[in-house]
Amino acid sequence: MNHDSWDRASEGRNHHAFFALLAARVREFVREPAAIFWVYVFPLILVVALGAAFRNQPVGGFVVVVVESEQAATIQEALATDGRLEPVVLSAQEAWTRLTTGRAELMVVIEPSGYRYQFDPHRADSVLAREAADSVLQRVAGRQDAVDVHDDPLDQPGARYIDFLVPGLVGLGLLGGGLWGVGFAIVDMRIRRLLKRYLATPMKRSHFLGAIMASRLIFTIPEVLLIILFSQLLFGVTSQGGYLPVAVLILLGAFQFSGIGLLVASRAQTIETLSGLMNAVMLPMWIGTGLFFPIERFPEFVQPVLKLLPLTPLNAALRGVMLEGASLLSLAPEISLIVAWGVVSFVIALRIFRWT
Amino acid sequence: MSFAIQCSELRKTYPGRPPVEAVRGIDLSVHLGECLGVLGPNGAGKTTTIEILEGLLAPSSGEVKVLGMRWQDHAREIREQIGISLQETRFSDKLKVRETLALFRSFYRHGIDPDDAIERVSLQDKANHWIKTLSGGQRQRLAVATALVSDPALMFLDEPTTGLDPHSRRELWEIIQGCRRQGRTTLLTTHYMEEAERLCDRVAIIDHGRIIALGTPGELIARLGGDHVVEFSLTGRAMAETSPEDWLDLPAVTGCRYESGTVHLSVTEPHVVLPALLDRLSRRSYQLTSLTTRHASLDDVFVMLTGRTLEFEREDSP
Ligand SMILES: Nc1ncnc2c1ncn2[C@@H]1O[C@H](COP(=O)(O)OP(=O)(O)OP(=O)(O)O)[C@@H](O)[C@H]1O
Ligand SMILES: [Mg+2]
Repeated sequence: MNHDSWDRASEGRNHHAFFALLAARVREFVREPAAIFWVYVFPLILVVALGAAFRNQPVGGFVVVVVESEQAATIQEALATDGRLEPVVLSAQEAWTRLTTGRAELMVVIEPSGYRYQFDPHRADSVLAREAADSVLQRVAGRQDAVDVHDDPLDQPGARYIDFLVPGLVGLGLLGGGLWGVGFAIVDMRIRRLLKRYLATPMKRSHFLGAIMASRLIFTIPEVLLIILFSQLLFGVTSQGGYLPVAVLILLGAFQFSGIGLLVASRAQTIETLSGLMNAVMLPMWIGTGLFFPIERFPEFVQPVLKLLPLTPLNAALRGVMLEGASLLSLAPEISLIVAWGVVSFVIALRIFRWT
Repeated sequence: MSFAIQCSELRKTYPGRPPVEAVRGIDLSVHLGECLGVLGPNGAGKTTTIEILEGLLAPSSGEVKVLGMRWQDHAREIREQIGISLQETRFSDKLKVRETLALFRSFYRHGIDPDDAIERVSLQDKANHWIKTLSGGQRQRLAVATALVSDPALMFLDEPTTGLDPHSRRELWEIIQGCRRQGRTTLLTTHYMEEAERLCDRVAIIDHGRIIALGTPGELIARLGGDHVVEFSLTGRAMAETSPEDWLDLPAVTGCRYESGTVHLSVTEPHVVLPALLDRLSRRSYQLTSLTTRHASLDDVFVMLTGRTLEFEREDSP
């Protein structure tokens, strides 16, 4: 080729395409303040909201309606000795309305021979209120405890519901961040015809997809670190197994979900298609992978399937480390499954990826 | 190797109901160092053709050789040596001009410094601005710069000036002419005949997926039989009474057609035909309502070949 003299050929200044693509992704990300806000603030709101909802507030506040009669006042006084009960005296009519509209857990009707309890046997609170009220009334009537018992409340860190919840939230953050972060970026570039423009260059596909995944790891780590930090500051949640294994699991989880994100976005032409696919992929994981309660609660026959979903081994491994102090070595089966999901998704995405 | 591009019997049918035959047998050779323009109306198959040549689209049938290589065998080598500007690409809004060019530069083994590419398209004062802030013309220049950054032997520009104002269009013409002076081969598509006449050594006029004429702008215009056009119109009655045959016998007239209330004469020498025309009009006492003379253009060639006008169709493109 001929060149004008000012056209300096630059052979040496060729930065590696992978790092150039990565730098471009990071720049685009940090230049989008609104996106940053939601990526980093949303998980915090989630921690605070769920933490508040599942605060270790003792069971109680059961409203017991006592139907008006001569002894009603005495009974009300007796029931009030149990702090969990809130006895109220009402006419039969009003009491019934309260009970059937769910504003009372239990209705006590005084009868010549004793008491009649009316309650919904399917409501846990009602059943508890019945047992508590009955115990008080029986004792007032003279029943003696047969053996000596004493309560040993379980509220040290590591054994509460919030401790169970936080590793799940970390997994959830990795899931959403990986799928949406990667999927949206890819489909946006496809709509802009930028992918087609890249296809017209000698850029290696693996560099491009690899840079997208790597950028996701970079963005996700601060996000989940914030979840962990906040839950420690607000609720004293700590990791029994230390933070290094947690960090390793976070990296693996981010890798796995960005791979799945690539796969989900590998052919979608519009944001609407992508949203549909994302929801289809994420919904089973939200409900069926031990996020809010252990998967042992699901019917036996679906459990083997649920155990293979990508979020399950991640949650299990995070809980193993954070709650039980398990070592990474002992979590080898979970870790292998996580890595397999990531690698297989990446390889399939690379093969079926649409550039136009 | 004396050809930058050779293709023969190129066909592309998009599947669908009914299938769309976008390209129906195109043979084309582009010489090294030449600027070849593909001129045609909307939907003629320009983008389809150029994207097949760029290796972005597989043809339904036909042979393509780019820089002597086949896409099936040497895709990577070809990509290293060509530069492309697609009809429509929106680069990342939140990257700066220089960052975008550095990114594209990183894809190639050889190339020029991104700053040189910026200078080449005169975007120096925008180098550190986000792409979001660029005007349409500046974005098009950036697109051309991404093609230049690899110092390509062959450039493909798909409608580089569509939608630009006349000033921006001229700026881009300068850039493209600069590329030609450096000996780069350029294939560009356009539906502006003036652009094709100005920039291109040869022009391929395509319509409905076929090349209907190929040659230098001068050769194509010469096919009209005269390189000037005299256009006039008469008061309504006279237009209805006359027909093209009434004017063909005038001296220096080589062709005549009626179009949207105007008579178009292809002429070799306007100074010969004009006195004779005015004389005839006054003898028949026809009233002139307009009279202009101009150089013949590729649009006239297109009209001669298809009976439709390019000029007209280009305005409804977005
Ligand atoms: N992906 C596609 N699927 C189906 N039909 C298509 C596709 N792309 C183009 N076509 C059709 O093929 C024909 C040629 O399209 P093409 O884009 O090549 O035209 P063009 O000459 O570039 O037009 P323009 O000047 O509007 O850019 C058109 O009829 C178009 O509708
Ligand atoms: Mg086109």
